[in-house]
Amino acid sequence: MNKEQQFAATPEKKQHVQWIHITKRDNISFQKGLLIRAIAILAALVVCAIITVVFTGSNPISVYGTMFKGAFGKGRFLVTIHNLSILLCISLAVTPAFRMRFWNIGAEGQALIGGLATAIVMFNLHSKAPLWVLIPLMLISALVAGAIWGVIPAIFKAFWKTNETLFTLMMNYVAIQLVEYFLKIADKNGSNSVGPYLLGDGIPNLFGVQYLFNILVVVVLTGLLYVYLKYSKHGYEISVVGESENTARYVGINVKKVIIRTMILSGLLCGLTGFLIVGGASHAISSNSVGGQGFTAIMVSWLGKFNPLYMILTALLIVFMGRGADEISTIFGLTKSFSDIITGIILFFIIGCEFFIRYQIHFNHRKKMTEEKEEA
Amino acid sequence: MKKQVAIELKGISKRFGSVLANQNVDLTVYRGEILAILGENGSGKTTLMNMISGIYHPDEGEIYINGKLATIESPRDAFSYKIGMIHQHFKLVDIFTAAENIILGMKDGQKYDLAKAEEAVQEITSKYGFEMNPQKKIYDMAVSEKQTVEILKVLYRGADILILDEPTAVLTPQEIEKLFAVLRAMREDGKSIIIITHKLNEVMEISDRVAVLRKGEHIGTVQTSKTTEQKLTEMMVGKKITLNIDRTQVKNPVDRLFIKNLNYTNQENVKVLNDISFTARSGEILGIAGVAGSGQKELLEAIAGLQPLDSGEIIFNRPKKNLPVSFYHKTYRQVVELAAEGKFHYEDGTPVDFTGMKKKEICKLVNEGKILFNEDDVMNLRDKTPLQIRELGVRLSFVPEDRLGMGLVGNMDLIDNMMLRSYRKGNSILVDRKKPENLAEKIVSGLEVVTPDLHTPVRRLSGGNVQKVLVGREISSAPKVLMAAYPVRGLDINSSYLIYNLLNKQKEEGTAVIFVGEDLDVLLGLCDRILVICGGKVSGIVDARTATKEEIGLLMTKKDAGTKQEGDANE
Amino acid sequence: MQLIAAFINRAIMQGTPLLFGATGEIVTEKSGNLNLGIPGIMYIGAISGVIGAFFYENSGYFIPAVGIMIALLSCLIGSLLASLIYCFLTITLRANQNVTGLALTTFGVGFGNFFGGSLIKVTKSEVPYLSLSDTGNAFSATLPFAKSLGWFGKMFFSYGFLVYVAIVFAVLASLFLNKTRMGLHLRAVGENPATADAAGINVSRYKYFATCAGGMIAGLGGLYFIMDYMGGIWANDGFGDRGWLAIAIVIFAIWRPALAIPASYLFGALYILFNYLPLPMPMIPILQMLPYVITIVALVITSIRKKRENQPPASLGLSYFREER
Repeated sequence: MNKEQQFAATPEKKQHVQWIHITKRDNISFQKGLLIRAIAILAALVVCAIITVVFTGSNPISVYGTMFKGAFGKGRFLVTIHNLSILLCISLAVTPAFRMRFWNIGAEGQALIGGLATAIVMFNLHSKAPLWVLIPLMLISALVAGAIWGVIPAIFKAFWKTNETLFTLMMNYVAIQLVEYFLKIADKNGSNSVGPYLLGDGIPNLFGVQYLFNILVVVVLTGLLYVYLKYSKHGYEISVVGESENTARYVGINVKKVIIRTMILSGLLCGLTGFLIVGGASHAISSNSVGGQGFTAIMVSWLGKFNPLYMILTALLIVFMGRGADEISTIFGLTKSFSDIITGIILFFIIGCEFFIRYQIHFNHRKKMTEEKEEA
Repeated sequence: MKKQVAIELKGISKRFGSVLANQNVDLTVYRGEILAILGENGSGKTTLMNMISGIYHPDEGEIYINGKLATIESPRDAFSYKIGMIHQHFKLVDIFTAAENIILGMKDGQKYDLAKAEEAVQEITSKYGFEMNPQKKIYDMAVSEKQTVEILKVLYRGADILILDEPTAVLTPQEIEKLFAVLRAMREDGKSIIIITHKLNEVMEISDRVAVLRKGEHIGTVQTSKTTEQKLTEMMVGKKITLNIDRTQVKNPVDRLFIKNLNYTNQENVKVLNDISFTARSGEILGIAGVAGSGQKELLEAIAGLQPLDSGEIIFNRPKKNLPVSFYHKTYRQVVELAAEGKFHYEDGTPVDFTGMKKKEICKLVNEGKILFNEDDVMNLRDKTPLQIRELGVRLSFVPEDRLGMGLVGNMDLIDNMMLRSYRKGNSILVDRKKPENLAEKIVSGLEVVTPDLHTPVRRLSGGNVQKVLVGREISSAPKVLMAAYPVRGLDINSSYLIYNLLNKQKEEGTAVIFVGEDLDVLLGLCDRILVICGGKVSGIVDARTATKEEIGLLMTKKDAGTKQEGDANE
Repeated sequence: MQLIAAFINRAIMQGTPLLFGATGEIVTEKSGNLNLGIPGIMYIGAISGVIGAFFYENSGYFIPAVGIMIALLSCLIGSLLASLIYCFLTITLRANQNVTGLALTTFGVGFGNFFGGSLIKVTKSEVPYLSLSDTGNAFSATLPFAKSLGWFGKMFFSYGFLVYVAIVFAVLASLFLNKTRMGLHLRAVGENPATADAAGINVSRYKYFATCAGGMIAGLGGLYFIMDYMGGIWANDGFGDRGWLAIAIVIFAIWRPALAIPASYLFGALYILFNYLPLPMPMIPILQMLPYVITIVALVITSIRKKRENQPPASLGLSYFREER
């Protein structure tokens, strides 16, 4: 407390002529928080609409109509839901680590290595082993690979406080090159991607519905992770470690153990995502298989306040904007990257609005009077 | 020759919320003198000085510098009046050198020249007799050196008035001597030095005059040469105030905790715990008095299993000698094993031998209370983690000083905070929130915690309510030992009394209570015995029913025995 | 000798965008801002320069010096604006740096590819790239005597001017950080903002300054890659993951711009080494993995050795907020 007081008071006191005065909010009602976020999303949509209108010349309402059709129109719905599931899955994967304040930005690599492990099993065994052997093998190898990729930075963080943000970031690119290595070995033609012709067909459609397996897995996982984080002893320990390592020590939680255990889980789930992508959807692997979703997941998780249920909404928003913007770019002959710009803008607005939820702004009407008096 | 006045304070008052930190203080500081500001913790010394150095602004009153009315709004303003303050918490960039830290933030309009700055620093150091290599990195420095850098920072900016906030708290006796020599050199140079302290011997040694503050008020200023430690203590602690705390007699005390020769030296090479030994008894409140930072925190954390030690033992004693086995929950197998180890005897003193007896017979003997323990159950808690201590079955509760940073999680609600100690119970992988909820409800209604509901994050509660939640949780496990560090700090009168009553109740229930406090009146009114520590050493244990405030005050500021011997040897 | 000279020549050219990016990121990180938006900013810098150059080239006449100025200026403006987004969100609005940086990279890469792709469409080009050969030639013009000096000239003089600018920037950044008052203040902000604040240093202003300056330097790396290395040819995603490699160099060079010079060239060399070695195809990715692996090793070693000078800035990644009462 003493420390804070000194931080607070020492600096230049010309402060009191500041017009704006910012304080940390102690408490904000759920409705008010929701309102601020809604305003931010609305503002972002307006800005996006303006940009879209500039590039396409069509009126903003039909723009959003087009986007909606792009995301939920005929033949689109299932793909959108599948995209949502995959993004949600990888977002769920990073969440336990984030709740522990462990900045795992290596989900991309952890998922990719899981996908690679799946692909290797498929490549070697798809014509030799029956499905009931193949699929569990794919799953297990993906989980193990992802967990290994996740636990390495965790061990160094726990024992030597190695910066986990930078470590996990670098591990992504090691994973990407490992995939490239596999591609070169698997396909002597040197193509950028290895598909079903070498890997086999992977997981069959459930009840004849494409992607159903993946979607169901993610639905179950969302529920399980919600329970794990909120109601399990592990989840409770994660929260305590994340909030205050000092308190964790005080009640006898082994902080190192929790860090390592949680990152194994985080990596495991990333590996699962890789398994779903490669084994359950594309039946192909390339260094772009995860497609940057490992990074998007970080934002989804953060924007969803690390709560699996809120994350469904944030992931949906991002998938919707991406799919919608894709549709617009196809119809109006724009580049595919249009969706990245739109997603970026939405993210900026939501990131920015958190400030108004966490802090309160007071406008100071005293203006310059005091200063002038003193200087005189 | 008349002395020149450097600073004059007139009618300074300052309040924080409802707390009056300073009340109508008048004070004069002369050029070329060392003025000591003496007072207990919380007597308003630091607040008063912070107003001179621009950290706070007085609510009422005026400050005159060199006879002119001054407006000091910031440390920068203070510098323009040539005032510099050296705080207890150093503000240094660890990976910078001394010289880099000294010139940090200065805008003197000159070209940046580190070599020249280093020279200038060297000049100042040789002028006043410091020892300092300006190129040394802060992280390589001992605390005393860091303090030197802070002093140099102030001198480099040309300060004529230096304020030092408890500069000796972190120094060894030898380093204190060096610091005092430097301060004297500065005094000869015509600078005014204000030193905040509560160590009487140092006041006597270094100061020309002493200003005593008590509860925010200026009690008086006296010439050091015309006073004694005794008189100063009386001024500092004031008359004894009798508090309305119900203190019961100690019943059936049992030695519960033996602390034997604890030693701990921290990273800065300061001996924080120096051969500490004492015994805590059940059914008794043992107070620990001492100047802030004398090792109280480390001592309690060591007992709680949070602080590694260099040496020493922490023995927890569970008295069992001559008590029936049936008092303790033991399985049949455990009983047989213990009997085989020869741990039991019959009522008549003969050793127990179960060989050849049937299970039924053994159970009957045990249940009828005919089998007694030979010895007390003692365990060494040293180097055990908090979890291991729990697993040994030792119910040890700890109310730490840092309530929201250690004892509770500020962002969690009452229920989740209740679980901190108990969430591991049971084999389920899920946590049970039902029992913690009941406990939270019980505490909220029993201790009158003011909270909107049980799902409110505890950081939103007021200080007193936070403390009720923490203490409530810690006593809920019916502890055998309860340690509380400054449990009433920042609390209003009603909450404070509630805490006193809770501690008293624990005492009556046979808990060994250890109470670290700062208000001597409270310590004297609440505790049964008071252990006084000074500089990490036990300087005395007194009976709280007969001791006086002066007695404790002197023990708190007693120069430790080790240095005295050294001093004697030199003489 | 010729082969070695050619190899070194290519390595330096590969290393130059990395050096720009690393220098920019070091300056930024020294203020405590972990700007993971740098890869995006490099894309934005590149495309902004391309857009400027595109309009100038299509205006009819072309003067090389003016072409260079326009490309540079639009590149700097583009990367400045991108950096300002990051600054506003993380410093003024105190948003999480990782999240903001990653969002900026998503945005920046999309921005680059969108406008790049749009320009390609505007030109109705048959091939999926945009060629700005005039500006490219202006940027990659070398000293006239370079060719006459044989391998010596190839190794030291046969580069466009931005290669030298990159070295100069790295050296200047090093001098700025270590030998100036502002540099001292900047490092203090990144190490311990509360102490800097107490010493009267305007923490926000320094953070803004360092992040914007760093972003602009990094943006030049993107421009160099398109205009000089590629000879004025923009292809979508052509810049690849060099932005992340630049962040890796920051770690490998333990936050020292002077060390970033050899580190960038080393990473550049590793990037192209496969062209010069008789390696089987599959080994190429392994070689390209090396920069990241050695960066991880460097990160682990510095954290285990705990030498204080080699650690990341102490407040890296944290927002600073002075509580007011």
